[in-house]
Amino acid sequence: MSDNQGQLWEVFVQKKSGQPFVHCGNVHAFDKEMALQNARDVYTRRNEGMALWVVLSTAIVASSPEDIGSFFEPANDKIFRHPTFYQIPDGVGHM
Amino acid sequence: MDTAKFEEVFEAKLAKNDFIEPKDWMPENYRKHLIRQVSQHAHSEIVGMLPEGNWITRAPSLRAKLVLLAKVQDEGGHGLYLYTAAESLGISRDEMLNALLTGKAKYSSIFNYPTLTWADIGAIGWLVDGAAIMNQVMLQRSSYGPYSRAMVRICKEESFHQRQGYESITHLAFGTPEQKAMAQDALNRWWFPTLMMFGPPDRESPNSENALKWRIKRETNDQLRQRFVNQTVKQVEYLGLTVPDKHLKWNEAKQGYDFSEPDWDEFKNVIKGNGICNKERLASRNKAHSEGAWVRAAAEAYGKKQPEKEAA
Amino acid sequence: MNSNEALFNYTLRLGDTSLILAQRLSEWTGHGPFLEEDLALTNIALDILGRGKSLLEYAAQIEGKGRSADDLAFFRNEREYFNALIVEQSNGDYAKTMLRQAFIDCFDLLFYTELAKSKDSVLAGIAAKSVKEITYHKRHSFSWIKRFGNGTEESASRLQHAFDELWQFTGELFEMTETDTILIKENIAVDLATLKPMWEKEIQELLREAHINIPETTFMQKGSRQGLHTEYLGFILAEMQTLPRMHPTAKW
Repeated sequence: MSDNQGQLWEVFVQKKSGQPFVHCGNVHAFDKEMALQNARDVYTRRNEGMALWVVLSTAIVASSPEDIGSFFEPANDKIFRHPTFYQIPDGVGHM
Repeated sequence: MDTAKFEEVFEAKLAKNDFIEPKDWMPENYRKHLIRQVSQHAHSEIVGMLPEGNWITRAPSLRAKLVLLAKVQDEGGHGLYLYTAAESLGISRDEMLNALLTGKAKYSSIFNYPTLTWADIGAIGWLVDGAAIMNQVMLQRSSYGPYSRAMVRICKEESFHQRQGYESITHLAFGTPEQKAMAQDALNRWWFPTLMMFGPPDRESPNSENALKWRIKRETNDQLRQRFVNQTVKQVEYLGLTVPDKHLKWNEAKQGYDFSEPDWDEFKNVIKGNGICNKERLASRNKAHSEGAWVRAAAEAYGKKQPEKEAA
Repeated sequence: MNSNEALFNYTLRLGDTSLILAQRLSEWTGHGPFLEEDLALTNIALDILGRGKSLLEYAAQIEGKGRSADDLAFFRNEREYFNALIVEQSNGDYAKTMLRQAFIDCFDLLFYTELAKSKDSVLAGIAAKSVKEITYHKRHSFSWIKRFGNGTEESASRLQHAFDELWQFTGELFEMTETDTILIKENIAVDLATLKPMWEKEIQELLREAHINIPETTFMQKGSRQGLHTEYLGFILAEMQTLPRMHPTAKW
């Protein structure tokens, strides 16, 4: 069997219940349980989290830098998607 | 887009202080330079576990043992963050470890000096980590995103290292005469090797120019070294210890200390592999790696059987 | 023996076992089979060392003779140490370290879960904190035993070898003395006899999953309750105590 250091996993940590899971780094591991344990042992040593996700790095699908224009710039002029686009008369209260 | 166009985008990002991310186009030399620098940095953390690690079982109080254990573990964690940052540049951890274990890759020469007494543990935390932090604070603004992010995390964690080192040396400096002598002896032995950590003088630093241009580094070796000396002298004075440099003198005009240069021949010699611990450090890493081979093989074999059963 | 002396002996026994195990585990730091596992085992060593420190601090307080936890750790001799024999055994390969850990984690989880109900509130407090830590340690060590038992031929044979070396030291974990008898009456100590069948059941199940055969009968070593040890302890103490013994008046 070839020697190796295991597969690369992406680690996401949730700081507090209710908050989003945020990417915090990577670990190597040879199985799912180990990946979870390693993520715990590497990334939560200073009370950084209350919950963890781990996912094989090969399972990540990422956009490319060349996509920036076509993916994200078309959203720039859709100002009507933001609440500040609209005027609400005074006196109707918080909306 | 042709290469020239890519290069233009890359340069524009650097000019705007934007970060370069793994999937962005980057010049081959930039990639190579980073792989070398980040993996060397990772190796330094891992090899750096050894000189301090060998005192864990001999730490003189339960508190000191806890602190040292946590600290050496942190070095391992930092190595891990850096290895993964380097992996994002397209090199595997296997390849990097192989380069380390066969002696092809370099790591910080400071770890080829021996830890002879307990005072060395304080001196490493205070001086060596202090110098490392100075370098790493700068690297938080490095242009390569994953490297910069790893540095932010490392700096956050490392902040306790220097303080615990100074605390430890304080106990010695204000302790029994034997303890104070031990502290002075450690300072004598670690002072110049620590100054060497910032690298060769600017006048002969072959990699600095590109590193600065690409904003992989942001200050020169000599600038960082000067800042370190300025900052550390008053810490030495507080302890009632003496910097082992007869030429150390405050220079009012430059608002900094004048100081002797380290022995650059010794520096080159240790890099070449002639430090007193070079062979031992490499042998230790090789031993752990080869004795761990069956563990990794077992874990891999077991892992491969898992999808059928669905692991936890 | 009055009950204060019994409480001191009991707390010391627990503290010594934690300290010596942590000392052994910390030998791995920087030398683990791969980086992540190195960090994981060090976390475990840190938990156990922290527990040992708390227990020795409490022992020093019970004794009330002005000795500190550090005095207890660094200025007692081999015959004055009461750690279980199994924790002073050499680390050996990773199979031996993990199997020793699995035996102890399984015992400790049962033990400290009960101790958390102790009438002695300090012991109960230390135990309650430890239960959470040990729950994780056990998950970690048990995973490795399953990996080794079902990994490669080599890992299975190393695990069997580790078992053959260590099994003889497990019986002693359940040995009770006058100390225990006195404190059980006061609802302070844990009745180890009640833990034994639960421990055996869990360990048998784990070892079955790892394809290890438990022999019908094994001669079980003992001695630590009387401060009798294997030869390893002397070396552990020599290394651990060298600095404070060299500078007996120094503070660190």
